Amino acid sequence: MLPLIARRILATIPVMGVVALTVFGLLHLTPGDPAVIIAGDYATTQDIERIRARLGLDRPLLAQAGLWLASVARGDLGVSIYSGLPVTRLIGQRVGPTAALTALAMLISVTLAVPLGVLAAWRQGSWLDRAIMIFSVSGFSMPVFWLGFLLVWVFAIQAGVLPVQGYQPLEAGPWQFLRHLVLPAVTLSLVYMALIARMTRASVLGVLREDYIRTAFAKGLAPRRVLLAHALKAASLPVVTIIGVGFALLIGGAVVTESVFAIPGLGRLTVDAIVRRDYPVVQGVVLVVSGVYVLLNLVIDVVYVVLDPRIRY
Amino acid sequence: MTPITRRAFLAGSAAAATTLAAGPYVHAQKKGGLLRVVPHADLKVLDPIWTTGYITRNHGYMVFDTLFAMDATLKVQPQMVDRWTASPNKLKWTFTLRDGLKFHDGQPVTAEDCVASIKRWGARDALGRLLMASIGKMAPVDRKTFAIDLEQPFGLVLEALGKPSSNVPFIMPARLAATDPNEQVKEMVGSGPYRFAAAEWQPGNKVVYLANADYVPRKEAPSGAAGAKRVFVDRLEWRYIPDAATASAALEAGEVDLWENVPLDFAPRLEKNPGLVVFVTDTRGSQGWLRPNHLQPPFNNKKARQALLHMADQKTYLDTVIGNAKYYKTCPAIFMCGGTPYESAVGAPKQDLEKARQLLKESGYDGRPIVVLDPTDSPYAHAPALVTADLLKKIGAAVDVAAMDWSTMLARRANKGPMGQGGWNIFHTWSTSLDVITPAVHAAVGGAGEKAWFGWPTNETVEKLRADFVRQPDPAKQKQIAEQIQLIAYDEVPYVSWGQFVVPSGFRKNVQGVLQFGATLLWNISV
Repeated sequence: MLPLIARRILATIPVMGVVALTVFGLLHLTPGDPAVIIAGDYATTQDIERIRARLGLDRPLLAQAGLWLASVARGDLGVSIYSGLPVTRLIGQRVGPTAALTALAMLISVTLAVPLGVLAAWRQGSWLDRAIMIFSVSGFSMPVFWLGFLLVWVFAIQAGVLPVQGYQPLEAGPWQFLRHLVLPAVTLSLVYMALIARMTRASVLGVLREDYIRTAFAKGLAPRRVLLAHALKAASLPVVTIIGVGFALLIGGAVVTESVFAIPGLGRLTVDAIVRRDYPVVQGVVLVVSGVYVLLNLVIDVVYVVLDPRIRY
Repeated sequence: MTPITRRAFLAGSAAAATTLAAGPYVHAQKKGGLLRVVPHADLKVLDPIWTTGYITRNHGYMVFDTLFAMDATLKVQPQMVDRWTASPNKLKWTFTLRDGLKFHDGQPVTAEDCVASIKRWGARDALGRLLMASIGKMAPVDRKTFAIDLEQPFGLVLEALGKPSSNVPFIMPARLAATDPNEQVKEMVGSGPYRFAAAEWQPGNKVVYLANADYVPRKEAPSGAAGAKRVFVDRLEWRYIPDAATASAALEAGEVDLWENVPLDFAPRLEKNPGLVVFVTDTRGSQGWLRPNHLQPPFNNKKARQALLHMADQKTYLDTVIGNAKYYKTCPAIFMCGGTPYESAVGAPKQDLEKARQLLKESGYDGRPIVVLDPTDSPYAHAPALVTADLLKKIGAAVDVAAMDWSTMLARRANKGPMGQGGWNIFHTWSTSLDVITPAVHAAVGGAGEKAWFGWPTNETVEKLRADFVRQPDPAKQKQIAEQIQLIAYDEVPYVSWGQFVVPSGFRKNVQGVLQFGATLLWNISV
């Protein structure tokens, strides 16, 4: 196991290098100029040129890329063109809300979706199966922003039991923390709940047709035991894959949820930075998120090995 | 009996309207508490001299103070200055600071700080540059007094020092004002009514200000940016909520107290809520601009620009862009309507599509598509772009509407090249009244060619008239000059105004003392 982890971590370095260079190139080829935005509406062309020179944006692209990569290698992601704050501080401010939101959303998704998927498979063709699948299709179909506003209208404006927006860290107390996260987490989790429920159902259905399941029933094992100890374990590999992919997608999907609920997370930081062409911030965030993606893939591979010792890398 | 002049009448009317309309202003205001404000944009840049962004200007008003300030009737009043003198020929000026002025780091505000701050501002701001070009010497006389010796007359000394909008000549400690004007200052130390809580600043989320207990307000009643800057709340937070529907819901649910710019499609809903007040703080509002590129065909030809002028009908634009007639008005004045000092209708034409078609033909327009920049993420630039495209087609032009985001538009409009090299023909924007109401600050009427504002019109006569305007001490003659500039503007067409509109603020009924002004000012408010 340890050699696998070490090998994967080493393989991360060139992956991150390619990601860094690609992001840098794409970003700087995108139209837009931060110097123009900084200078403001009434700046002259000369003002803009002066600011561009100050920011080093008048240097050749390769020279800019070299300088940035050198500072990244030293662990320095640079400073925001606008606020002058270190990118690491800006990311540090935003990691907590996004991590809390995605973790709670995934917790809700998995806790509800896996049992629903198993139930649907167990009662295939029944009204329960159909109801769960209707719920899944609805979850896929509902736009996140629409669902978010709907939940806000019902629970925050009409009932007044939950806040409309904002984020409170855990230090503000578990109640405040959860109150502010519950609506965005439910909003974000619905689509993944649908995805995981459908995947679990399909996977369990496939396993239930296997000979060893028939044998287990023939032995006289209780249906619950057959389902949970035999079928679900064997069906869990694709479900784990989809949970891993879901985690990665959640980080990206959080952008809309963070905007609707005004949560100061990484998604909003990225969108704001892209809109303003704050190159160091975009580059820094993409690098960090890429690192998280690579790490998630590693975790999924390790879980595979734990669940099925026959798997070799 | 002293006859009332038109200007005095307008100023008086504006003052009366301000007093009467300022419903939320009450005399007994509660002290303490937290004021939660949703600003119109996220504060990302702190230095109000480094950028002209309005959000940074508003932040500047929180943290810094000014020597002079404009009141609600557009008159310049002393603010940090206690008394001042001017020689009979108006070439020698002295300014003495009032007592008790102190920076947030505990140091007293000195004449040296003022001189250094004016110099830094004068290196960046357009009006500041004109003032600095007229100054022979500016130096402290003693700790509280400094003097300005002009080499040539400058009729707007007080107006420049009390300039209300970007860039505002805010006073900083000399050690900060010594920062290169092309670099941001590294600290936020002012002498204004609020202290900036740097450790709590989260760009994209929250800005925190704390009441400055050492601030000594003036004795006069607050009016615009002038008068007493009394702080009633202990703490003020800007909470940036990017989504308008969320901001609206947060205001209704009482999670925020004041929403600076309520989008006009949200105003009717908030107006119906008995717990909220929808209130226009900037009664003069903004002027919409259609800006042609004077360097590229067809609008390097005067007749093609005149075609734009005769093509545009303000009501059509305003109905499309703003919709609700309560929030807009048509205005023939280049320097805006509604109690502004240089309001005039001279030279303004009426829409005549046939004449526009004829003028475009006479300009030698060759039928190549006219590139209209269309920033789809900005409603006050996107909607007028679509109206212009439609009207251009009606007068026989081919149109290429280039959809993009606002940031891309800002970069592209700086391109002076032809269409094949990423150039453009027309873009739309808007400007608040404080940046339009005089020839000295109105960027779109300037004619400095390639050094002019984007669009780069060339007109030496206008440049000379603007220089005369800033040097002219006689208000009557200034008004004549402004009218001359307007006449030229309606002939040369540096830009076309698509109308005047206001954007209301929304706040909860417990919020009292909101001031009316062209910039958002957050003192005098209690919750």
